[in-house]
Amino acid sequence: MKICVLVKEVPDAAVEKRMDQGSKRLDRSGEKNLNPFDTHAIEAAMQIREGGAVDVDEIVAVTMGPESAFRALHKAVSLGADRSVHLTDEALAGSDVCATGYALAKVLESESPDLVLLGQQSDDGECYTIGAVVADHLKMPSLTQVIKIDVQDGSLRCERQAEYGYDTVDVQLPAVISVGDAINEPRYPSLKAIMGAKKKPLDTRSTADVGIEADRVGEAGSHTAVLGINPPPQKQAGEIIEDEDTNETVEKIVSWLEERKLLA
Amino acid sequence: MSVLTYALHYEGEFNKNSLGAVSEGARLAGELGGEAGVVVVGGDDLTDELCATLGNYGAQKVYRAKAPEGLAQPVVDAMAKVIQDEGYKYALFGGGLLGFEIGAGLTARLGAGVTMEVTAVKVQDGGLVAERPILQDSAIVDVGYVGEPGIIIGRLNAFDIKETGGGAAEVVDVDVQLEEHSTRATMVQRGEQRGADVNIEDADILVAGGRGLGKAEGFEMCEQLAEALGGAVAATRAVVDAGWYPYAAQIGQTGKTVAPKLYLAAGISGAIQHKVGMQSSENIVAINKDPNAPIFEFSDLGVVGDLNKIVPKLTEAVKAKKG
Ligand SMILES: Cc1cc2nc3c(=O)[nH]c(=O)nc-3n(C[C@H](O)[C@H](O)[C@H](O)COP(=O)(O)OP(=O)(O)OC[C@H]3O[C@@H](n4cnc5c(N)ncnc54)[C@H](O)[C@@H]3O)c2cc1C
Ligand SMILES: Nc1ncnc2c1ncn2[C@@H]1O[C@H](COP(=O)(O)O)[C@@H](O)[C@H]1O
Repeated sequence: MKICVLVKEVPDAAVEKRMDQGSKRLDRSGEKNLNPFDTHAIEAAMQIREGGAVDVDEIVAVTMGPESAFRALHKAVSLGADRSVHLTDEALAGSDVCATGYALAKVLESESPDLVLLGQQSDDGECYTIGAVVADHLKMPSLTQVIKIDVQDGSLRCERQAEYGYDTVDVQLPAVISVGDAINEPRYPSLKAIMGAKKKPLDTRSTADVGIEADRVGEAGSHTAVLGINPPPQKQAGEIIEDEDTNETVEKIVSWLEERKLLA
Repeated sequence: MSVLTYALHYEGEFNKNSLGAVSEGARLAGELGGEAGVVVVGGDDLTDELCATLGNYGAQKVYRAKAPEGLAQPVVDAMAKVIQDEGYKYALFGGGLLGFEIGAGLTARLGAGVTMEVTAVKVQDGGLVAERPILQDSAIVDVGYVGEPGIIIGRLNAFDIKETGGGAAEVVDVDVQLEEHSTRATMVQRGEQRGADVNIEDADILVAGGRGLGKAEGFEMCEQLAEALGGAVAATRAVVDAGWYPYAAQIGQTGKTVAPKLYLAAGISGAIQHKVGMQSSENIVAINKDPNAPIFEFSDLGVVGDLNKIVPKLTEAVKAKKG
């Protein structure tokens, strides 16, 4: 079995994320890192390999992003991927969900995976949708927010929380599965794995290499347009207590509750 | 310009968020001078009577497709067919998990623009513009659509249910040929309730616990505080999925929506999917050791500190006060 894991480079959690008023795109300057939600997808791939129910020949990390995104691929490889693929092209800049999903589907097509794994959301875009978009292009069954995967013969038994409780669904392979962050506890890469990651094969592909139609990607190929950026409605800021002396803190909380007649 | 929505049903009842979407879809279709259609997908439980009740929320036409329920891809097939055959210009979804998956599938199938987590929709220059909060709700972008159709996925509870007093909707059966891949996922068990059946919807006071409790036993602290306050205990998805607390106590997008007099959150970061289930609470108190936790952006009283130190002492103090 060949598993492709979609990973994304995102601004580091410590960086304040903001929109660029001029380009109306996310400002992606500053420190970047591998999307933390995607480390769960890599870990899920590793656990399928180590579980032994099926032979995993290869785990391939795949990303679409600017030049700098190779660092996210190195991180993915240090966490267990065997090699990686970087789709990068000026033509892709400004792609919306529709265009990104199409482009990712085209790179994946060139790899013919039996299973595509993704994170539940990107930390910056928070669209929750790329998995289902990619799946429809690849004509594969798909589920998002999966928190348990059992490998069966030719299919996966998946569990997730949906609208009415927990659902158990059998999904035949090949399939596209996005995993929730409760599925596992990602391992830390060893120093050796971090050092070795740079030496593992990394293929860089352009849109032409994977047969992406140029007019279906980038800003021109996108079907949404950001018309404006506004501040949220002003909400009165709440009171803040910093806990220094806990007895005092608790006293303050109690009188706050009392004032609002919540201790009646 | 017509607007198509999807109405999810379960055990003979339509989903509340779907009804909100149907109401909103009807309002928007009215303003655009188009038709309000709804797609329903399922088996024999989708009776003529049940489908026609969507007229109460403004639906004019209900397209009924026979296909497996609870999975997104068969619905994508049905909606893509209706959009193409009937010329719908927009597809609108309430805030469920399936709405995200169906909307995403349609995006790919129809080469369409999509906006998610939408909190409001307005008519502008004869088309729809979606308002989407981004970056932890620190900004709101106005998103318009280029080409057709436009896909709008709402945030949970964003669209109010409105009974328009309209009559029964016309019910039309649609014959969909499912795509091969849409038949390759099958529901084995749906809607399993894990853990005890607790009642949190009637409580005036809720003490909610999150991953910051550190372990399942951390909930004992919440239970003691809840008992002292005369309330019940609620939880986040993170701890429910981890098996620390029963699903019936979960607040948020795939859990319950509550609005108690007091919501006291201990060790909860305040993710959007949690916020949507509790933001209408009258008083929100948050205890979190991270001063930058998003929950402080929407709490009335924020306490920055270690819950392990604060919660037990607070319990004692509340007990002492109440005698
Ligand atoms: C489609 C979808 C649906 C979802 N549905 C839901 C839903 O219905 N309900 C829901 O809740 N979530 C839902 N989520 C998940 C949501 O995005 C968050 O992951 C989840 O709410 C986080 O739970 P948490 O706050 O308990 O954990 P975390 O985000 O890990 O936060 C833990 C917090 O505890 C604090 N903390 C740690 N130790 C201490 C200490 N000693 N003292 C004080 N504070 C401490 C930390 O600073 C942190 O802020 C959904 C997500 C998706 C994508
Ligand atoms: N540009 C990208 N390159 C590779 N994978 C991506 C990209 N964007 C999103 N993904 C994957 O899709 C998941 C969901 O992202 P999103 O739909 O943007 O919230 C992420 O966790 C990644 O696994």
